[in-house]
Amino acid sequence: MSGIRVTGWGAVSPAGWGVLPLIEVCTNAQPCETAPLTCPGWPKPIPVRRVPPPTPRPTFLAHPRLRRSSSISLHTAAAALEALGPRLEAIQSGQRRLGIVFTSLTGCVSYSRRFYDEVLKDPATASPILFPETVFNAPSSHLAAYLNTQAINYTMIGDPGTFLQGLAVAAGWLLDGRVDLGLVIGAEELDWLVATAQRRFSSDVVISEGAGALVIERAEASGPGIEIDRISEPVLYTAATSQAAAVRRVRNEAGVDNADTVLVDSLTGAPHVDRAEANAWSDWTGPRISVKKLLGEPFAAGSAWQCVVAAEHLSRGRHSSAIVNVVGCNQQAIAARLVAR
Amino acid sequence: MVVTGGGVITALGQGWAPNAAGFRAGHCGIRPVSLFDVSGQRVKVAAEAVVPETIPGSRLSPKRLSRSDRATRLLLTAGHEAWTQSGWETTDRLPLILATTSGGMPLGEAYYRDTLTHPTHRRQQPTRILSYQAQRQGIDLLDSLGCSGSVSIIANACASGSNAIGHAWETVRSGQADRVLAGGYDGLCHLVFAGFDSLQALSPTQCRPFDAARDGLALGEGAAVLALETLESARHRSADILGEIIGYGASTDTHHLTQPHPEGAAALASMHQATQVAGIHPSEVHYINAHGTGTVLNDAAEAAALNAWAGEAVSHLHVSSTKASVGHLLGAAGAVEAAVCLMALDGQWLPPSLSTVTVDPACRFQVITQPAQASLNIALSNSFGFGGANATLIFRRWT
Repeated sequence: MSGIRVTGWGAVSPAGWGVLPLIEVCTNAQPCETAPLTCPGWPKPIPVRRVPPPTPRPTFLAHPRLRRSSSISLHTAAAALEALGPRLEAIQSGQRRLGIVFTSLTGCVSYSRRFYDEVLKDPATASPILFPETVFNAPSSHLAAYLNTQAINYTMIGDPGTFLQGLAVAAGWLLDGRVDLGLVIGAEELDWLVATAQRRFSSDVVISEGAGALVIERAEASGPGIEIDRISEPVLYTAATSQAAAVRRVRNEAGVDNADTVLVDSLTGAPHVDRAEANAWSDWTGPRISVKKLLGEPFAAGSAWQCVVAAEHLSRGRHSSAIVNVVGCNQQAIAARLVAR
Repeated sequence: MVVTGGGVITALGQGWAPNAAGFRAGHCGIRPVSLFDVSGQRVKVAAEAVVPETIPGSRLSPKRLSRSDRATRLLLTAGHEAWTQSGWETTDRLPLILATTSGGMPLGEAYYRDTLTHPTHRRQQPTRILSYQAQRQGIDLLDSLGCSGSVSIIANACASGSNAIGHAWETVRSGQADRVLAGGYDGLCHLVFAGFDSLQALSPTQCRPFDAARDGLALGEGAAVLALETLESARHRSADILGEIIGYGASTDTHHLTQPHPEGAAALASMHQATQVAGIHPSEVHYINAHGTGTVLNDAAEAAALNAWAGEAVSHLHVSSTKASVGHLLGAAGAVEAAVCLMALDGQWLPPSLSTVTVDPACRFQVITQPAQASLNIALSNSFGFGGANATLIFRRWT
């Protein structure tokens, strides 16, 4: 994996629109406040962490492709544009080829629920405007349209570990020379359907939403020197391998050899959900940041935030390397190591 | 890079051989929908597959198998056939790269309906949530085969299947793996059917790709899985080789969320990329399995792209869309159509679109409307999807 650098990052989270509010929450270790989400038929609202409305409202949200889209596309665009920063013009003008990997677990759930609800009521009048927005790759399509990029664009779905898989895919495109820049995004949107579904597995996990994005380039590119040292092989939860065993294997292969390493883990604050990861890393004595304890569980966006926080800490010189450890909810354990060069 | 195993299930039947016979003859599997209520829909037909109750050789427990949904069974059926044909040994390092647009959507639909009527009811609901998710279906296949490794799910709408196979091809070609199992699957479900119906994209008459009077697509369901490995690995095992993959292109059409660029600009880019990677000229391509949905806009854009891509060679091109036989399989379409290309190259025949009667004059290529024998060496498959995902695969006959 060496030879690939992280050169830009962006985020939208319950802390606000941008990387800075996300970092502030992590630095202060002060959890974002929850808000009650009313769920039809449920005896009481479910506490969630929502992305606040942006102030001021970014001008890009007026783009024709983004005006009607649901929040997952807006989060995606905002995080991506922040991550791309000054590279935007070169991409929009076609000077640099941008490959996009968009990752998500629940996808465009809000419009999917609304559309199916219309189908159940009367399929003959179900909205043709809603349906195309239910497709998993709608957010990355809108983003590509905004960026005017014709290059390769994958939407990958899966549990939170999928973001790191996507990072490996984009790195492969760079190494093959297929693209000049890779943009990897993890994004989710909140909906009562997701909140109630999560409740059936754990009442302690606070669901949230948002997006995180990384821009990666070949190492010869200029800019901040944060290298992706390695991305582990994902270890699946299968009939033969329990989640605990998978997490231990990733832990054993993490190969920490630097005392100045920060662990950015995926603990949620719900003990029974966190057990495997907590046990596997119980011997860790170095600095640790648990992003999702502070900002909630937004699945793919959460693992993206973990990477964003790691990159920001390295760029500020707080640590010389970071391990991003992701224990997915039902698919895989996977980790990445970022190093300041 | 070669293909040493293939599995297919569509409305034409279960298995490589029955499907090859069906595609060769141009049989049509489109019939009245029986899976859900279509009385309120404008269109009432689709290409339903007969999904087997059991999966011979599966290592899944009967209980786990009984919980699997229609899409998972389609995937398991195709996956086991490909696995058996490949002759691979079980391993804990098998990359599985799959494509789908809706995963276990019928389970999601059942979950939602139950949630509306019994919001806090627990019976079956957690299982539905888990099994609905595509990554769990991938793990079901690996567990069923007795393997482990990694699961990657590409959800690029109707181009997903070609993207999955193309990505698998690149994974092996770049040396990241010696072998990869890849394919696509999608089962019919009410949400998606109603969605295409709401867009008036479904044909109220008959799916007629590239016909001057075409009026829409037909939906279908199915799965195809291919076993890809290096030639060195296949030769080392003395494996039977179904064909070669020699090129892959992918691009993004930013014209509109659901409508292609009228001149097929991104489709053209995808085909150019694929031929460039394969190191061939369009005149060397003998058969094209077009995306060919049968909608007015898709076929016009694809025809424009094919005309521009082939240039002077266009009049020699043989083009058909097998969606006339099995409908549009969405996430499985590119995978099944890859299998069709391999079948055609192996059998030296051209799969016809029998329903096409009056070819659109915009098509400067030959649209295959009748079964035919042919001498084929290279075939190309196009897949285009909502959101502008475009993918092209190129195959070569193995001799």
